[in-house]
Amino acid sequence: MSGRERIEGRAYPFGRRNVDTDVIIPAAHLKTITRAGLGQHAFETVRAEPGNVFDDPVYAGAPVLIAGDNFGCGSSREHAAWALVDMGVRVVIAPSFSDIFSGNAFKNGIAAVVLPQAAVDRLLEVACAQPVTVDLETMSVTTPLQDRFVFEMDPFRRECLLKGLDEIGLTLASEAAIAAYEAATPSLNWGRPLSLSTA
Amino acid sequence: MSATSRTLYEKIWDAHVVEKRDDGTCLIYIDRHLVHEVTSPQAFEGLRAAGRKVRRPDLTLAVPDHNLPTTARVGADGQRLPIADPASAGQLAALERNVAEFGVPYIGATDAHQGIVHVVGPELGFTLPGTTLVCGDSHTAAHGALGSLAFGIGTSEVEHVLATQTLLLKPSKTMEVRVDGALGFGVTPKDLILAIIGKIGAAGGTGYVIEYSGVAFREMSIEGRLTVANMSIEAGARSGLFAPDEKTFAYLQGRPMAPAGEDWERLVAWWKTLPTDDGAVFDASVTLDAGTIAPNVTWGTSPEDVVPITGAVPDPESFDDPAKREAARKSLAYMGLAPGTAMRDVPVEHIFIGSCTNSRIEDLRAAADVVRGRRVSGGVRQALIVPGSGLVKRQAEAEGLDRIFTEAGFEWREPGCSMCLAMNPDKVPAGERCASTSNRNFVGRQGPGARTHLMSPAMAAAAAVSGRLADVRDLVPA
Ligand code: SF4
Repeated sequence: MSGRERIEGRAYPFGRRNVDTDVIIPAAHLKTITRAGLGQHAFETVRAEPGNVFDDPVYAGAPVLIAGDNFGCGSSREHAAWALVDMGVRVVIAPSFSDIFSGNAFKNGIAAVVLPQAAVDRLLEVACAQPVTVDLETMSVTTPLQDRFVFEMDPFRRECLLKGLDEIGLTLASEAAIAAYEAATPSLNWGRPLSLSTA
Repeated sequence: MSATSRTLYEKIWDAHVVEKRDDGTCLIYIDRHLVHEVTSPQAFEGLRAAGRKVRRPDLTLAVPDHNLPTTARVGADGQRLPIADPASAGQLAALERNVAEFGVPYIGATDAHQGIVHVVGPELGFTLPGTTLVCGDSHTAAHGALGSLAFGIGTSEVEHVLATQTLLLKPSKTMEVRVDGALGFGVTPKDLILAIIGKIGAAGGTGYVIEYSGVAFREMSIEGRLTVANMSIEAGARSGLFAPDEKTFAYLQGRPMAPAGEDWERLVAWWKTLPTDDGAVFDASVTLDAGTIAPNVTWGTSPEDVVPITGAVPDPESFDDPAKREAARKSLAYMGLAPGTAMRDVPVEHIFIGSCTNSRIEDLRAAADVVRGRRVSGGVRQALIVPGSGLVKRQAEAEGLDRIFTEAGFEWREPGCSMCLAMNPDKVPAGERCASTSNRNFVGRQGPGARTHLMSPAMAAAAAVSGRLADVRDLVPA
């Protein structure tokens, strides 16, 4: 979500609870070598259901996904976040997330926004007909129907999302400290290199 | 934690802090990074997209293991044989491209040193005490056997380490698992770690780094410690540590990538200061008596579903916790087992001796001791021995173990992860049962619908020659 504080658009009113990462991206797609292209396989089992929100043209390309409790539980596969990014999702709103998923989501520029169940229920209802706006600056979710829900977010994560900073870029800003650590620890290169083939 | 008394974990952590943030998060220096073909392609892709380099290729080592077929890799004409599965071939080809482009030291698929990352690291001396070591793989905990703070990371973290040689981390809580007493006849480190997981549960170590202490661990070989540390993650702990001692030093000295000469002397002196100080405090403590442990097997689909081989399949109704009751019902339905069935009456169709938990030379020797002069039972459809590395394979062949196995009816394969997770062609067919020395008995882990019973190499060998789960103590006289 590089450098943008407002995400505005339709939201998938998904609402399901305990959505595990197998549902987000089935194991059969883990042998890929790139982050791109996973979106077409996202929610494959849900998409097999007639009338599912993901195949409804109304929501095509929606940047927001609204889900139930414990979103992203199960396997730690980062492919789940990659699949959502590839679908164009930039915010997931749910009453709770698995820790690993919210970390993976954040690392890939997706905001995992926690709101109480009542707020999520209301958004699920409104999202069927209206767009939603997620503002990371004011930490609020609003709708054209005058709804306004505020959320909290780890300040570091929020800043990264707002500024479009990636964690690696931030760490590289500590280059001097890393170089100083290496210089003070001359023994890092302990081992004798094994002569290695490259075939 | 008092200012002067620190645990082994705290000492390694403190020695690696590059920067400390206000919220307690630390930028931690990473001394060693192991890379394999499954969790690295997107990390290299990210580096490429951002125009970044690998900061310290000299502290990085790549080796393919998860996807490689365990059948012959080189044809009669000396040419490398192609990998049939296009996705597996693609992951291997991507690794080969990436290590060449980024200048990462690489052990190729047909190199004599190739093997499972967690077998290769220790045996080459790449893994060292007092280091921080990471790999995009949850069983990285294994390296803690040598006193290395080692843990699995996700692909974004792999990219972070490649680019910066650091990770942003919060300190973990510490748990001491103390086991005193001696393991009985026929009881191995695998049985002990299964007993520990059975006791504290698959989530019992979540948020903790475990330190294994007590006589049973001090007396244990390095290979046994590797088995124990490896499965720390199955108890929920990201890392498991053993204090480096004389056994550790003896194991490492002279290994190809281990330090030598003055470096060695200086490092040993430092390593001797690492063990937990008297008076240091752990956040949690668990104790077990080694003498009470029997050879163990699992009955369900979590590594915590442990029962002595002399026991029976539990009745789900016997669990107090309703969630546990429900999980046990589901497990037994998946495993095709009825409550009350004696474990020794459970027939098996597949045997897998391998994986980063139990594929080192001691494991193969223990299995060969049971197999010698016996045959794989007629009911067993496939019995695989997959050495953990090329070096293990050659050592076993030099000792004649391969012949003991093949004469008994086992298949002797090339090194890799193999049937541990069935990413390569080695799979257990749906509904069939496998006695396995690996670390996960999850639903579908060894293939869709496959039923896994975890156990030690000696116990898997006993199952192979019996055609059912068996007590190794009945086969080998004390
Ligand atoms: S042997 Fe199994 S557990 Fe070990 S690294 Fe390979 S797949 Fe993972």
